[in-house]
Amino acid sequence: MIHSHLLALLAFSALVAAVFAVLLRDDARSRGRFGAWVFASFVLSAVLLGWLMTGLTR
Amino acid sequence: METQSTEAPKTPETLARPLPVAAGACLLGLLLPGAGHVLLGRFRRGVFFLAALLALFALGVSMDARLTLRIGLDDPLALVIGLGQLAVGLPYLAARALGFAAGDPRAAGFDYGVTFTATAGLLNVLVVLDAMDVALGRKA
Repeated sequence: MIHSHLLALLAFSALVAAVFAVLLRDDARSRGRFGAWVFASFVLSAVLLGWLMTGLTR
Repeated sequence: METQSTEAPKTPETLARPLPVAAGACLLGLLLPGAGHVLLGRFRRGVFFLAALLALFALGVSMDARLTLRIGLDDPLALVIGLGQLAVGLPYLAARALGFAAGDPRAAGFDYGVTFTATAGLLNVLVVLDAMDVALGRKA
């Protein structure tokens, strides 16, 4: 059971990025690069959106 | 001196399977994530998909996701989520049989759980389409 929002985000991003990488790329090197890019995109966009939305609560 | 090989090069087209095998791989993949790839000889890829999608689904269930299929267009998003969860196949049926269907909407992770479980099923649809591409020789 995951109790942390950040941990949930990291687990979700890692698993989905890994599946996308294996589905969309054929060799190990490009899978690693593409998976890392997807993972970083998920995490950074969520953090950025969260940071932008803090303005709505003030 | 070079000798000419009579063997055709192993392009994806030469690896195309008969239509019943392709249909069987898709059905098997819908029942259990990655099973279609295993049937087609892509053992490592199939086991990887099984592990990743089962982990995603199990994490969602552990976060008290509700596993119910709401048929009807009054709430289209609930329909898509329900169909997405159903697309995981046997793990979805097993979780329901084990009493995880109701979930707990008051739990802190409820929305995350629903997202995890629905995403696992929707990704499995992509995995099944990938297995079909492999079976039809469109992809190595």
